[in-house]
Amino acid sequence: MKKNKVLIQDLITYGVVFLMWGLVLLMEATGSMTSLLRGLLVPLCIYAILAVSLNLTVGILGELSLGHAGFMCVGAFAGAFFTQCMENAIPSVGLRFFLALILGAVVAGIFGILIGIPVLRLKGDYLAIVTLAFGEIIKNLINVMYVGRDSSGFHFSIKDTTSLGLDETGVVIIKGAQGITGTPRAATFTIGMLLLLLTLFIVLNLMHSRTGRAIMAIRDNRIAAESIGIHVTKYKLMAFSISAALAGVAGVMYAHSLSTLAATSNNFGYNKSITILVFVVLGGLGNIRGSIIAAVVLTALPELLRGLNDYRMLIYAIVLIAMMLFNSSPKAIELRGVVMEKLRHKKSAAKEAA
Amino acid sequence: MSFLSYLINGISLGSIYAIIALGYTMVYGIARMLNFAHGDIIMVGGFAIFTAVSTMGLPPLIGILIGVVVCTVLGVVIETIAYRPLRGASSLAVLITAIGVSYLLQNIALLVFGSNARQFTSVVNVPSLKLAGGQLSVSGVTLVTIATCIIIMVALTTFIKKTKIGQAMLAVSEDKGAATLMGINVNRTIAITFAIGSALAAVAGALLCSTYPSLTPYTGSMPGIKAFVAAVFGGIGSIPGALIGGVILGVIENLSKAYISSQLSDAIVFAVLIVVLLVRPTGILGKKINEKV
Amino acid sequence: MAMLEVKNLGISFGGLKAVDNFNVTIEKGQLYGLIGPNGAGKTTVFNLLTGVYKPDNGSILLDGANITGKKTIEINQDGIARTFQNIRLFKELSVLDNVKAGLHNHHPYSTLEGIFRLPRYFKVEKEMNEKAMELLKVFDLDKESDYKASNLPYGKQRKLEIARALATDPKLLLLDEPAAGMNPNETAELMETIRFVRDNFDMTILLIEHDMKLVSGICEKLTVLNFGQVLTQGDTSEVLNDKRVITAYLGE
Repeated sequence: MKKNKVLIQDLITYGVVFLMWGLVLLMEATGSMTSLLRGLLVPLCIYAILAVSLNLTVGILGELSLGHAGFMCVGAFAGAFFTQCMENAIPSVGLRFFLALILGAVVAGIFGILIGIPVLRLKGDYLAIVTLAFGEIIKNLINVMYVGRDSSGFHFSIKDTTSLGLDETGVVIIKGAQGITGTPRAATFTIGMLLLLLTLFIVLNLMHSRTGRAIMAIRDNRIAAESIGIHVTKYKLMAFSISAALAGVAGVMYAHSLSTLAATSNNFGYNKSITILVFVVLGGLGNIRGSIIAAVVLTALPELLRGLNDYRMLIYAIVLIAMMLFNSSPKAIELRGVVMEKLRHKKSAAKEAA
Repeated sequence: MSFLSYLINGISLGSIYAIIALGYTMVYGIARMLNFAHGDIIMVGGFAIFTAVSTMGLPPLIGILIGVVVCTVLGVVIETIAYRPLRGASSLAVLITAIGVSYLLQNIALLVFGSNARQFTSVVNVPSLKLAGGQLSVSGVTLVTIATCIIIMVALTTFIKKTKIGQAMLAVSEDKGAATLMGINVNRTIAITFAIGSALAAVAGALLCSTYPSLTPYTGSMPGIKAFVAAVFGGIGSIPGALIGGVILGVIENLSKAYISSQLSDAIVFAVLIVVLLVRPTGILGKKINEKV
Repeated sequence: MAMLEVKNLGISFGGLKAVDNFNVTIEKGQLYGLIGPNGAGKTTVFNLLTGVYKPDNGSILLDGANITGKKTIEINQDGIARTFQNIRLFKELSVLDNVKAGLHNHHPYSTLEGIFRLPRYFKVEKEMNEKAMELLKVFDLDKESDYKASNLPYGKQRKLEIARALATDPKLLLLDEPAAGMNPNETAELMETIRFVRDNFDMTILLIEHDMKLVSGICEKLTVLNFGQVLTQGDTSEVLNDKRVITAYLGE
């Protein structure tokens, strides 16, 4: 009976995604899709993937990470770099994009393991600040990185393009703060939706498997988990690196939706990590469906409020504070409980009367 | 000589970080919350002083005073409206609320002052000091910054050790429940902590903008984060830790800007933080916490 | 061969000898009690046996194998499971999942098999569910298998901890104050359950307890700790009549 409940919940989550997909198709068909909304479709998928993957770290594993954008950044650059390098070897844009997605996931996942090994020994706020630090370091390093290629192979520098020493056949692929330009914009809404579904498939199935149970056991009580023989470091690392790999996938999507990819603070700074964290917290820790809905609503809302211009971010901030107070304040929770109780009383009274 | 001047400028920058870090560390010590909006209070202080001095033509000292008053009131108001209702909620909820407050302050500033950078006129009119026969010149702002930092540290330490309120702050940071039983008004003590932290942020704002005169609604965020790093670095919750962390951070940042790469200085600062935390998981002066089984 | 043989075990924290020169031998199938006043070092002994702390000196043999200085995880795999004085359940997980977490190492399938729902996933999960429900039945928790662990009443939470520990299929079960916070009826019921576990699971049990009714009712042998040292040990009735034990509990 328990099994069915889980299954139904998961199906509802997939259903929400299909519903959104259907809605978009319907709008396209009836011609009610605005160009503003169309431009939002791919970012919506990207943010939903990021939110679901971060929920794996924050909600399921229970460790606060403020560096999720760093993994996205790694994936984005690995993917875009691959797509550029393979331009001649693999002429098909679609195939290159597909391979880039896999590569981006793998590279980001490896970064997840490398960073996770030292970082996951820390706890709570310390872990949060160190993940933030790693995210900023990744962004900074990519900003000073120059990579070019000529007939003799790859050249690397952290100074400028001339110090790459390329011959006349040389092409600069990564130009420091200017990043990578000319990546084909292959990311479409359909691909985004498929990747979101894949992300859901991985995260939901993981949660309801032996591995997910171990991860959540560690979250709820590390000492008890150890006492029943669960390998804490192994499962922490696993959750953290899967989360990073999925962020990498979102990054590759992101790279293939822009003509110029640069590691600016706006794209991959700690503020981006925080934006994703806001989705996760407002959607509910460990609540995958909530993450998707929060990501979609909170990404679309400010854009759809463009008419309000300067006031939209102000409204966003006020809504955020108000929602946190409403959701988490002990008094508000108590008050909600009282109201619910009264409603229930009224209902049962009405039933008795009838 | 140039090394010495980089070093002194680093100490000066570190002093600003230390003053900001005090706000972080005191609030964390007492309320166990990461006040992400602290950096933006610096920015508000900067704009308050800018308005008073550059727009209204008031003397700098009055300007600073206005800045301090504005920030103190703001700090207490934020604490009362946004943070107090969340006492007892998860630390993540408080963190997100603080982020909301940070967005709010930035966007109010954006509405009032616009996104163009304002040129901040230095509020420090102290002549620079020439040393070693004029080879080494230390600017007035630098001198004042370092001096201010030392004064604040001494004053704050004395305040906490010698006054009743200071002792109450210590008690609340040790154990809120026990403090309440001893008749300490916890909410009032936390509000006072916010007031002091925010007043210090205004001072830091004055010094920061006098050193780096460009003022925008986002001026406070990066120094805020760095100061937070400094607080963690020194051992969050510890006042001498904030000083040590701030100064070390400022020096590392300035020296790596000078000798390694200006673009990589932030990365180096963060890398040092990571190394320190891996060796000492609660910072240089932080207390070690053992989990009881 | 004894199930547990501890020789000369000791640890100090900052100069204070929390446990000193601790010796005990527990035979297979025995129900053994560890008693003593508060702060005597009983839980520290448990923490030493389960690898939470590394002993400064001494040796621990489990069923003849030396497990001194091993990690908690390894010691669990070698055959010691425990419960905690302050209940440590996986609060957000269901009652069933708490026990299934205990089955983790005995019913393995890989993460990929889990994500892609390969046949092994279904087979092993089914085994786990059956095994877990069986264990829950023993503790009369099968009807609450869907509940969130934190929603169980206190007494049942203590039982669930025992069920979870048993799920790891131990040779030796350590119970840290299993009757704490229970009323006399619940305690009596718990005594039955502990005896049942010993008989039906072929278990050796070492328990810490303050409830003397429980101790004298089910423990065959006792060791009394006082200030980190063994005050006396032997058959329950003898130990409980020992003057020194009474003095240790009640003072001079």
